[in-house]
Amino acid sequence: MNIDQTLDAKGMACPMPVVRARKVMKEMEAGQVLEIEATDKGSVADLAAWSKSGGHELIEHTENAGVFTFLIRKG
Amino acid sequence: MGVTPMTASEVAKKVVRKEPLFILDVRNEDAFADWKIEGENVEYLNIPYFDLLDGVEEILESLPTDRDVLVVCAKEGSSIMVAEMLAEEGRSAHYLAGGMKAWSEHLEPVKIGDLKDGGELYQFVRLGKGCLSYMVVSNGEAAIIDATRMTDVFINFAKTLGVKITNVLDTHLHADHISGGRKIAEAVGGAYWLPPKDAEEVIFAYEALEDGRTLKVGDTTIAIQALYSPGHTIGSTSFIVDEAYLLSGDILFIDSIGRPDLAGLAEDWVGDLRQTLYSRYRNLAEELIVLPAHFMIMEEVNDDGSVSEKLGTLLVENHGLNIEDEAEFRQLVTGDLPPQPNAYQEIREVNMGKLNPDEETQREMEIGPNRCAVR
Repeated sequence: MNIDQTLDAKGMACPMPVVRARKVMKEMEAGQVLEIEATDKGSVADLAAWSKSGGHELIEHTENAGVFTFLIRKG
Repeated sequence: MGVTPMTASEVAKKVVRKEPLFILDVRNEDAFADWKIEGENVEYLNIPYFDLLDGVEEILESLPTDRDVLVVCAKEGSSIMVAEMLAEEGRSAHYLAGGMKAWSEHLEPVKIGDLKDGGELYQFVRLGKGCLSYMVVSNGEAAIIDATRMTDVFINFAKTLGVKITNVLDTHLHADHISGGRKIAEAVGGAYWLPPKDAEEVIFAYEALEDGRTLKVGDTTIAIQALYSPGHTIGSTSFIVDEAYLLSGDILFIDSIGRPDLAGLAEDWVGDLRQTLYSRYRNLAEELIVLPAHFMIMEEVNDDGSVSEKLGTLLVENHGLNIEDEAEFRQLVTGDLPPQPNAYQEIREVNMGKLNPDEETQREMEIGPNRCAVR
């Protein structure tokens, strides 16, 4: 998978992961993929719900040693 | 226009007094649908914070100006942000300090009554999760029943009263919340009691609560009498305190009854549940005040913030105690059950001592309503 942008949201508390993701996403083209790394457990459900609400596609999210990685395609 | 916090304790008092409150819940829609602050005069608007990042102008019209507006989120960060955005638009709003996490953990102590020798019985109401714990106080000693994991609250309350906690009991092995019983017993050097049939898999030492066993609180005769009453779990035990109060655990609630499936054996235990509710409890004095380990809906909370009702009244009014047909009863408690509590298997394992998650993980495990009942 081609990743066009990355965002390191590790250590950020809600609402910052979503606020920052939204900002980065604004500068991207439709169809491009953003990779986000976060450590806030609450961000799992929120990034999924935000993607849906914004018309983006949550391609996958994985967890490894407390770090959540999200791949989201801009809608 | 300022942004000021409202504490979980302040919200609890508003809810109990049935004061009007408008909640702008900015968690995502699934979280809101699953679990929220309940109250008779609470109105809601649920808009996730990420849909408000462009501004709050569109929701201003939906927010009242004649009552407090409380912005609520999971931990408080997003609610502060949204409350500040409202303040910039000239609207005053509070945020819930500590978010739903603090709401879930808040305990409100309520005095239930005096005991015959001058002792007292307190109920600790966990409004956010519907858990109820108890402290029996007499002659310088205290016993705690069904403590939650916020152990400081109980230990500090006993200190304030100037009493020593000597016995800590659980009516059963809980599946919806993490028991603080063992931790309190260790901290104060008291005994921790569990029904042995629920404790077969626990990996720590405990005192076995057998049917008919009597514990004393203080020097005088305040007795806690164990009454074996299986059904929610195979070991579920009720307590009769001072011949006046029936601590019914998760067997009998005010407007519902216990569900038999959380330890995995609904079909096997439905008969026990029926026998407890329709035979054992019916043989008790109707004057006993029932004090359950949970409530599910705010209608079960009395005007003084307590949750209690006379057994005689429940025998007439509680639907679950009035199903003549055994097959119908079986269907109610095994058929169309509500979803199980969040992480209930893991919570049981924590309560057995098999898992020892950190505090943050324990908190996450307990998120959501308790769901121990069927109506």
